[in-house]
Amino acid sequence: MSGKAGKILKDNLWTNNPIFIQILGICSTLAVTNSVRNTLIMTVGVSLATAFSSLTLSAMQAAIPRKVRMIVQVLVISFYVILIDIVLRAYLPDVSKQLGPYVGLIITNCIIMGRAEAFAAANKPFLSFWDGLTSGLGYMAVLVSIAVVREVLGFGSLLGFRVMPQGFEPWTIMIMAPSAFFLVAFVMWWAKTVQAKAAVKAAAAKAGPKPAPAKA
Amino acid sequence: MNAEPLVNPVVLFFASIFTSNILLSNFLGMCSFISISKDKTSANGLGLAVTVVMTICAAVSWLVLRYVILPLDIEYLSFIIFIIVIAAVVQMLEMIIDRVSPALYMSLGIFLPLITVNCAILGAILFMQIRSYGFLQAVTFGAGSGLGWWLAIMLLASIRKRTENNPVPAGLKGAGITMVTIGFMAMAFIGFSGMIAVQ
Repeated sequence: MSGKAGKILKDNLWTNNPIFIQILGICSTLAVTNSVRNTLIMTVGVSLATAFSSLTLSAMQAAIPRKVRMIVQVLVISFYVILIDIVLRAYLPDVSKQLGPYVGLIITNCIIMGRAEAFAAANKPFLSFWDGLTSGLGYMAVLVSIAVVREVLGFGSLLGFRVMPQGFEPWTIMIMAPSAFFLVAFVMWWAKTVQAKAAVKAAAAKAGPKPAPAKA
Repeated sequence: MNAEPLVNPVVLFFASIFTSNILLSNFLGMCSFISISKDKTSANGLGLAVTVVMTICAAVSWLVLRYVILPLDIEYLSFIIFIIVIAAVVQMLEMIIDRVSPALYMSLGIFLPLITVNCAILGAILFMQIRSYGFLQAVTFGAGSGLGWWLAIMLLASIRKRTENNPVPAGLKGAGITMVTIGFMAMAFIGFSGMIAVQ
């Protein structure tokens, strides 16, 4: 059991990361990545919504007729997103205002639907919860690192505190939409290159038990 | 309900196509945007479907918001209601198109169910709610956003077709280079942003 959970963690964080491998769910959250604080709150929301939707859908899978499966999934997801929205409005009204429509858009985040369909439909509730949570974490890791770059270069601050020296000229492009696309591309590039190298190494290790000295 | 913003619906229409393109400046509808933009025919079909659905959904959900949600004071349910509105509009369109024009159904039919979970549609509706647009503004905003999305996906499909065989670093192939392309497109669109504003 723990071996399986560990594999899910590794899959969702790295080998099958929702963002740079599956390319899912980038829609709603890229827009808020010019501030680390908003990104953190948003991705925590997505992780919780994914985890609890997977848990619920996996627990009720036997009771859902196939024909209405999609609409039941959407309704369960919206239920959790409404809870998140209400909590944000009550405790973090300023963040809720800045996030605007993007909280509601968690409903149509493809990661949640994707996990519900691909994993929760065929697995036990607890494992599905873990799968949803780790998918959210993989998503969070990428988006927060993008947000750090964008906030530091675009505003010269991190989580609202000034980190760059006084004379630093902010890069306006970093707070606008295009930079998010470029940074996602960079993350994909880096991740795919590292994974390709690891795959080559693994293949080499498998091919020859005694690795020959490097021939450049 | 807040007062309507003082934006001419015509200005709003063009602003939502170009300067505040729902895809390139608000990142909505990315999933299907990336997966469907590989060839022009399906990009065209999906773009048309999104435009039609978005215009109708913007109008219908404005009416629902004004005459059902606000009077009954059930704003906390608005996400669920909007999702149901979208699903219902898509379902009805599917039936109508199937009856009226089977040829169109063949080309559009497969895209319609996809649209229910397209974040651009729900996004446009939520923007409409938050900015408290009037009816005419809501419709032009919906139509403009849909057209803007259509334009963006057609441009991207054409660019991808042209650059298909260009040499690209192995790690950037596929999604990576597509993101870079979208980034350049977004820069071009944002270039207009001083001219007109959406709100």
